[in-house]
Amino acid sequence: MGRSIKKGPYIEEKLLKKIYQMSKRSEKRVIKTWSRCSTIIPEMVGYTIAIHDGRKHVPVYITESMVGHKLGEFAVTRSFRSHGHTERATRLK
Amino acid sequence: MARIAGVDLPRGKRVEIGLTYIFGIGRSRANKILETTGINKDTRVRNLTEEEVVKLREFIDKNYQIEGDLRREVSQNIKRLMEIGCYRGLRHRRGLPVRGQRTHTNARTRKGPKRAVGAKKKK
Repeated sequence: MGRSIKKGPYIEEKLLKKIYQMSKRSEKRVIKTWSRCSTIIPEMVGYTIAIHDGRKHVPVYITESMVGHKLGEFAVTRSFRSHGHTERATRLK
Repeated sequence: MARIAGVDLPRGKRVEIGLTYIFGIGRSRANKILETTGINKDTRVRNLTEEEVVKLREFIDKNYQIEGDLRREVSQNIKRLMEIGCYRGLRHRRGLPVRGQRTHTNARTRKGPKRAVGAKKKK
């Protein structure tokens, strides 16, 4: 179920403020954020946002086609590096 | 013969069912189409008059995206997801379930037939 239209998209206020400040001064800086649940809005296009993945901040350049998604969708939280690389990975039935 | 949107409808079936042979039309759409065009859904496809076929064809053309166009749109949407590097796109790339299903077991539709994993050969 989607969010009610009345409320509008959710964006963390701090993040929003930073974006507006940057666009006002027309500077480009990487913004760090922990707010993975914030929706990407058209104002963010063209900026690089460093999204927390639980360990570090992953820099993501926001493009137009990302609008409407959440920030968290672009920073994967799991790091899976395939099974069975050790020699003793012989798991018999 | 009833040819709609480049698909031959099976002649022996009722139109309600016959229409669902078109990609992008299922039972509910088929029923809606027949209702608005005023065609009895119980008529067999082979008994459709020429006018009825034309009517159906025009109605479908005007209102729905079907067959090739629809397929193209779907695959474009998927391609878009893959290009922007979002989680759903990654799942598509890896051929894993996209909507948060478990993959510890099952998920065979997406993953395909079982492949043996692990059991690296000893030297």
